[in-house]
Amino acid sequence: MKRKEWMDKRYKTANREAWFGVGLFIFNFIWWYGFAYGLGSKSPESYHYILGFPTWFFFSCILGFIVMMILTIIVVKYFFKDMSLEAEEEE
Amino acid sequence: MNWEAVLPLFIFITIVFIVGIWAGKFISRSDSFLQEYFLGGRSLGGFVLAMTLVTTYGSASSFLSGPGTAYNEGLGWVLLSMTQLATGYFVLMVLGKRFAIVTRKYQAVTIVDFLKERYQSKWVVILSAASILIFLFSAMSAQWIGGARLIQSLTGISYFASLCIFSLAVLVYVVVGGFRAVAITDGIQGVIMFFGTLVLLIAVIIAGGGVSQIMSDLVAENPNLITPFGADGSLSPAYVSSFWVLVGVGVVALPQIAVRAMSYKNAKSLHRGILISTFVVGFIMLNMHLIGVFGRTVLPGIEIGDTVMPELAQAVLPGWVAGIVLAAPMAAIMTTVNSLLLMVSSTIVKDVYLNYVHPDAGDKAIRKWSMGITALIGIIVVLMSLQPPDLIIWLNLFSMGGLEAAFIWPIILGLYWRKGNKYGAVASMLVGVISYIIFETFYPQPFGMHSVVTSMLLAFVAYVSGSLLYKMPANNLEK
Repeated sequence: MKRKEWMDKRYKTANREAWFGVGLFIFNFIWWYGFAYGLGSKSPESYHYILGFPTWFFFSCILGFIVMMILTIIVVKYFFKDMSLEAEEEE
Repeated sequence: MNWEAVLPLFIFITIVFIVGIWAGKFISRSDSFLQEYFLGGRSLGGFVLAMTLVTTYGSASSFLSGPGTAYNEGLGWVLLSMTQLATGYFVLMVLGKRFAIVTRKYQAVTIVDFLKERYQSKWVVILSAASILIFLFSAMSAQWIGGARLIQSLTGISYFASLCIFSLAVLVYVVVGGFRAVAITDGIQGVIMFFGTLVLLIAVIIAGGGVSQIMSDLVAENPNLITPFGADGSLSPAYVSSFWVLVGVGVVALPQIAVRAMSYKNAKSLHRGILISTFVVGFIMLNMHLIGVFGRTVLPGIEIGDTVMPELAQAVLPGWVAGIVLAAPMAAIMTTVNSLLLMVSSTIVKDVYLNYVHPDAGDKAIRKWSMGITALIGIIVVLMSLQPPDLIIWLNLFSMGGLEAAFIWPIILGLYWRKGNKYGAVASMLVGVISYIIFETFYPQPFGMHSVVTSMLLAFVAYVSGSLLYKMPANNLEK
């Protein structure tokens, strides 16, 4: 293992961006799980509906998709950096 | 034969075929055959990157059996399918720029290349090449059979003739065009899948009398269909949640997916790729599975799940539109087999032949071997699809989870954790694959979850303890 491979200033940014991916994933899971089982666990007779869909499904799957899309756009637009990916580090 | 529906399908196959051949022209222009043939010269833009990622992942299983299962299980299965939304951003963010930089430093063309340079170990190479060959070969055969069956069911021509048409279409452009042909045709087919599912969803909603009407029809039939728990209430939260691991996080470790995370041109294409793939994967998965659920009220009593989508399209759409829409599952299959074919071939040529058999092969020999091996594997798959051996079908069941359990930690921890070494990697691959096959066979769903979760945990323990117990000699680290 060459030392050089592990020393690259760009890794700091790259690592941070990877953590954003993990963060989005955790948020995605909580949103999805919370609405699906939080609102969907009662009996189907007492369901409410939004745009024809049961509330749990609308919030968890449809709104969840839209929310994740917006969050991904925000993360990529404001927190991801444009940089060279070539083998040699630019000074 | 329903010519109105068949004609658009064949026009579509022809277009894909021509574009694939056209992409092959880049190969003769490129100065590095290997980089170009197996990685498209690392030049993918954001759109093609996103499309090839989504379509490679969204195979026949998600396109035909997905809606079929949703048809039987109701909204609970749509909920489960939405765990796949994560693949859209997770793969590209977590492997991300670090993977792109490191693989450029290593000049890696395949996943095995990356592992070889990272761990400097013959055993890592052998184990990883073997798991790719075994699992992906069987996955590819299963998909190949699916493609031929689909043509057969749509056109009514014999299985043998369908198999020949399908194989000819896919084989020629993959052999001639390599990765770039695969990626560009994936782009076209991704667009077809996107609009195909949208059109069919709208048509099904209209045929069903609107969403509210469909929901009350479903409740009248079986109220469980609109709960998160499936038709008979058996989809437990733990089981459904474990799909976040199988089809969300774990996808990072599928070699045919991970290799795409080193194929893009620059940071801008990565950023665009993340946005587009998140949108497209979420959109296609949501629509496609809703089609299945809604279809239940439009066309009740379909017994074979895989035929739900073709039958619905033919029932609710005018003939020629149905033909275009049915190009979508066709596209899903083609886009998956073309990537798998190239993946298997690159493993043989780059990872086995060039590493051990003939390391100093010249460019001309490599070219001959690459195309020859790709064609040869294709032909073997076709022959096996005529009469699929039980072993292939058995192995295919483990393909996805097996590859994920084998590769997730060697790739992720190899990338981010400096202390990880070859002992950890070998232990992790062995423990991952073996424990997965044992769990699936003898004790499916430990703790109520898909067995891939437990196997990944065990593989993690194996990786960390293997790496810490057998430390590399210190001078190796300083070199």
